[in-house]
Amino acid sequence: MAYPAVRHRTGWYSLWLLSLLCLLITGGAQAHTTPDEPVVMADDTAVMMDPLQQRREQLASLATGSFADKRRQVNSLQQQSWPGVRAVLAGMLAGALFHDDDDPANVYVLREQDGVLIRINPLDGSEVEIASPQGLKEVRTNNQLRRALRGAVARFDMADESPAVRKAAIAELRRDLDSDAVALMRERLPLEEHSGVRNELEVALALHDLDSTEAATRLAALDVLSGELANDVYNRVQRLLATDADGLPVEPDGRVRAQAQRAIDRIEQRRSIFGGLETLFFGLSFGSVLVLAAIGLAITFGVMGVINMAHGELIMLGAYTSYVMQLLLPDHIGLAIVLAVPAAFLVSGLMGILIERGVVRFLYGRPLETLLATFGISLLLQQLVRSIFSPLNRTVQAPEWMSGLWRINDVFAITWNRFYIIIFMLLVFALLWLVLNRTSLGLKVRAVSQNRAMARAMGVRSDRVDALTFGLGSGVAGIAGVALSLLTNVGPNLGQAYIIDSFMVVVFGGVGNLWGTLVGGMTLGVANKFLEPHVGAVMAKILMLVFIILFIQRRKQGLFPQKGRAGEDH
Amino acid sequence: MGEHSMLSKLLRSERGSLVFLAILFVIGVGMPLANLLLPASSALHPSTYTLGLVGKYMTYALLAISIDLIWGYCGILSLGHTAFFALGGYAMGMYLMRQIGSRGVYGDPILPDFMVFLSWEKLPWYWHGFDMFWFAALMVLVVPGALAFVFGWLAFRSRVAGVYFSIISQALTYALLLAFFRNEMGFGGNNGLTDFKEILGYDLQARSTRIGLFVVSAIALGLGYVLCRWIVTSRFGRIIAAIRDSEGRTRFIGYRVEHYKLWLFVISGMLAGVAGALYVPQVGIINPGEFAPLNAIEAVVWVAVGGRGTLYGAVVGAVLVNYAKTYFTVAWPEAWLYALGTLFVVVTLFLPKGIVGILQRFRRSES
Repeated sequence: MAYPAVRHRTGWYSLWLLSLLCLLITGGAQAHTTPDEPVVMADDTAVMMDPLQQRREQLASLATGSFADKRRQVNSLQQQSWPGVRAVLAGMLAGALFHDDDDPANVYVLREQDGVLIRINPLDGSEVEIASPQGLKEVRTNNQLRRALRGAVARFDMADESPAVRKAAIAELRRDLDSDAVALMRERLPLEEHSGVRNELEVALALHDLDSTEAATRLAALDVLSGELANDVYNRVQRLLATDADGLPVEPDGRVRAQAQRAIDRIEQRRSIFGGLETLFFGLSFGSVLVLAAIGLAITFGVMGVINMAHGELIMLGAYTSYVMQLLLPDHIGLAIVLAVPAAFLVSGLMGILIERGVVRFLYGRPLETLLATFGISLLLQQLVRSIFSPLNRTVQAPEWMSGLWRINDVFAITWNRFYIIIFMLLVFALLWLVLNRTSLGLKVRAVSQNRAMARAMGVRSDRVDALTFGLGSGVAGIAGVALSLLTNVGPNLGQAYIIDSFMVVVFGGVGNLWGTLVGGMTLGVANKFLEPHVGAVMAKILMLVFIILFIQRRKQGLFPQKGRAGEDH
Repeated sequence: MGEHSMLSKLLRSERGSLVFLAILFVIGVGMPLANLLLPASSALHPSTYTLGLVGKYMTYALLAISIDLIWGYCGILSLGHTAFFALGGYAMGMYLMRQIGSRGVYGDPILPDFMVFLSWEKLPWYWHGFDMFWFAALMVLVVPGALAFVFGWLAFRSRVAGVYFSIISQALTYALLLAFFRNEMGFGGNNGLTDFKEILGYDLQARSTRIGLFVVSAIALGLGYVLCRWIVTSRFGRIIAAIRDSEGRTRFIGYRVEHYKLWLFVISGMLAGVAGALYVPQVGIINPGEFAPLNAIEAVVWVAVGGRGTLYGAVVGAVLVNYAKTYFTVAWPEAWLYALGTLFVVVTLFLPKGIVGILQRFRRSES
């Protein structure tokens, strides 16, 4: 008769396995440390004394010579290839090149980093922290010189190994296309092998060619620019279609105007496609938030049939767990978030088991009473965090690898935190699906939810399964809280903001069905984001609520009705 | 026979109702008299503030009765009943707003202040008619009643019941909360409607007006109580109870269950609307916060605490919980949510029949 005891142990084991898996999977996404700035090594000083001396003299002339001298030195330096030369030119362009007051041959680049001034000697790459730029004098430049410097720096960058640096250099030149820049780009074009960079070069040159007096050149340029998504291209081509004060077209040639119109049409078409893609992406990420918030409820409400109004507060506990983890590990923000995932699972999961054992189990079969009692618990939990953490909102810092965005073009950019939310949701969903369908705990959960009496007769300890199922659903709510903590402020009302949405998602998707929750949440998220531009955020939400209320009337069982006996009870 | 015998039959059937109506009569007549006649130094003199407080409790009690009518007697748990309460309140608020006239901050004879502030040119169509009291009073009944009718018709026709009904009714009040927060809705947005001056020509700040509102609230509560009592003891009420106990069987016998539920729900919504309409002039403000789902659940707990399925229990619960709230939020604010939360849990776990249930058990063990 040791059989039930063994089963019970495997139940716990599955739960532990889940939290372990969480740890492992999120552990893979740990913050990778960025390597230190490459240290510029002094090149073989001992052997080649002469060139170093020569560079010192050149720098001295650059620092204190006449503007004509400086210009000559810039022209000379941009042909050279020793390691510090780009830093000198870029520093001079940015107004960060200094020389010693008493010895003009000592030239330094100053850099400010985390509030500390760093003095870099470009000749040997040595760095010294200094308190203030006292005793140093800024190397003066004028407009002409700065133009030359810009070209010189761009020349260095366009020959850089990395295509990204080359692209950035082209983008920088494109902002102000003078004849030097155009000449430089024409020079680079035949040498460029990377197709993306080539395209950038061609677009930049085509933008310049639009100013050409030859209609044929302008037409050829428009061919290149047709369908380009960048804002400056759009504005520039749009200008071809404008009329001047007398109502005459700015562009004299009719063929060019027609071609410009075609280019604009094509650009607008592509813009609306990418705009739609971006809305879809926003919708998917918002849908992921909804699914994350609702998925724990899909277990407690969907599988067990328990109305847990404290579900939102279990999410909130998860969010506070990630806040506390960051307090504990102030120097490892990313690690704290990663560790917060299993920690939140445990905190919310244990709280869930406590709620189930303490209150909910006495109310099985009385759903309305369960609703009221768990609502009372939600008030208690809210007030508890108010007492402990104060009623003020707290912020959880997003780790560096989660901030920033991937700009695909001027219309469509993917922000990393939204992207990670989608990935994270899919992971949690997959894990939960595995637990429910591939573990003995999952088997027992389904057995108890389908036919409690029969499951008991087969030796399933239904009360333990109830507690574990409730703990599982609550723990997943905690995990959702960690994800939410990175998107919004962490406060006592965090849970309330999501409880109604969560119920809507579960009811809409179909109770007792994880896939329904996934599809339901994603549908609502995407629909919401597509409505928002037309009616505003609040109205979109109201429309979604009204839609669900009406939808429930038509299809009481949601998108994916439960089949068989379990479905008939509802 | 007729009217008199029916009323007496109604009251004779339950001692609790008789006691309740007697107490309500004593309070409704005694407190205003004491306020007017006794000197302020007397220990028995209720201040006008106390009078206002009790008046507010009475409107809450009316709301509680309306919830008990559907929950206690028909098993429909609405978590959106404050929507009807707030809509009734808004209808009254619109009337009071129109009564301000040119005494507003901006002095516009027609437009309420917030519309002038939003630089609206003219009154939206749905504000027309609210300068007349009879029209506003009609709307207090019609608007919540119509919403209850549409919502109930949709829900009961497709047999949405139990927790599903609770959840979508909560979504309803949540959607209204969001909608009324919008300035474009034309109901004062976040701030709602306030700065009322007078009702039917009587100054709202005057003691006599406050006493008048108090008496009207007491009468409304009494009439509402008798109405509900009449409903639940009638043939209609017995079918309602049958639906609560076994909806399937009642339907099989041949009753159109959804019609019964729908009419009960509409009456309940209208009662809640009246409660809201009496609440607003006494507290002097109505804003979207009244739609909050939390308020709706709190009102359900009043009924649970008092004892659902007995109308006077709902009144007892509403008054006791609100008195506790008034006390706690002044004396010990941070403890209020702890107390309320614990109340939810304790009542559902240990007092399924509420305070009235304890009294009944006590009496039974005596006899």
